[in-house]
Amino acid sequence: MSVILDCRSLTKKFGSTTALSDVNLSLERGRIIGLLGPNGSGKTTFIKIINGLLVPDDGEIRIAGMEPGVESKKIISFLPEKTYLPDWMKVSEAISFFKDFYEDFEEKRAYDMLHRLNLDPTKRLKTLSKGTKEKVQLILVMSRRADLYCLDEPIGGVDPAARDYILNTIITNYDENATVILSTHLIADIENILDEVIFIKEGRLVLHEPVDEIREKKGKSIDSLFREVFKC
Amino acid sequence: MQWELNTDKPVYLQLVEQIQAEIISGSYKPGDKLPSVRDLAAQATVNPNTMQRAMTELEREGLVYTNRTAGRFITSDEDLIKQLKKQYITSVIQEFLDRMKQLGLELDEIIHYLNIVSDNNSVIRR
Repeated sequence: MSVILDCRSLTKKFGSTTALSDVNLSLERGRIIGLLGPNGSGKTTFIKIINGLLVPDDGEIRIAGMEPGVESKKIISFLPEKTYLPDWMKVSEAISFFKDFYEDFEEKRAYDMLHRLNLDPTKRLKTLSKGTKEKVQLILVMSRRADLYCLDEPIGGVDPAARDYILNTIITNYDENATVILSTHLIADIENILDEVIFIKEGRLVLHEPVDEIREKKGKSIDSLFREVFKC
Repeated sequence: MQWELNTDKPVYLQLVEQIQAEIISGSYKPGDKLPSVRDLAAQATVNPNTMQRAMTELEREGLVYTNRTAGRFITSDEDLIKQLKKQYITSVIQEFLDRMKQLGLELDEIIHYLNIVSDNNSVIRR
């Protein structure tokens, strides 16, 4: 199996706080991976390093053999926590924007998904609710044929019905060579679609295992294991 | 097909069991073509890799087979399906009996209750 992401003793500090500490991790292609941890555990820091938005203080990271940079961004589709599209844009303009920006963007997929979710492409982003904006953003990100999808909290703001549709979108839109990294707190909602989970706690990697193996060995759901490992 | 998944058992095993149940009940008939792994995965909202694993398991048991070009089919071996049915029923009943025994019921009491409940059911149906 080929590796899509590899990091060795990855460390990131913000002043005196260590956000990530000596993370060693290797992720294969064709997986859906849950990046799970409590607030402030380093999930977003990790995702930002993958996307070249933060530079590690120590250690190294490779995406398909490349350091984070222009070339790696061509193959990574990133959904940040916060939206970055300007409010004045219409949904259709945001689609054109993505099409100009990314060679692997497939306009038709985006319009198909908008249609399925009953979203009007002529609406301006500022007129949309928070949840609807999140849907639009996810549609844009999932309409790329990327090798690695990094989704930071993709389902936080949307209603349960749309959540199912979004999970289906994720399942049906990635192909065998692509890997999806998904960070969220809503574990129970997503655990059936995950191949593997990564638990991080205070910047350290505490677990990286296939989901079915955890259920087999421990006889409990990822949700209950999470509650146990991160008990306050 | 309605998929019901709980969270403490490996997902692929639950998928295997549910497809077995469909075969036993006759919802899937011998020789029926199955939807693609990707479609089944989307229906059940599970990962395609997990659905693939369930299919591999069903293939190992001989309940489904792949025809290289045409797709994946339910076995036409009716003896195998009968055997599966027997196994399945035995294990469901065994599970039920174990639970009743945990409640301290003897076999004749269990049968007594079974009769009451099934009488009630048939009254309701009429």
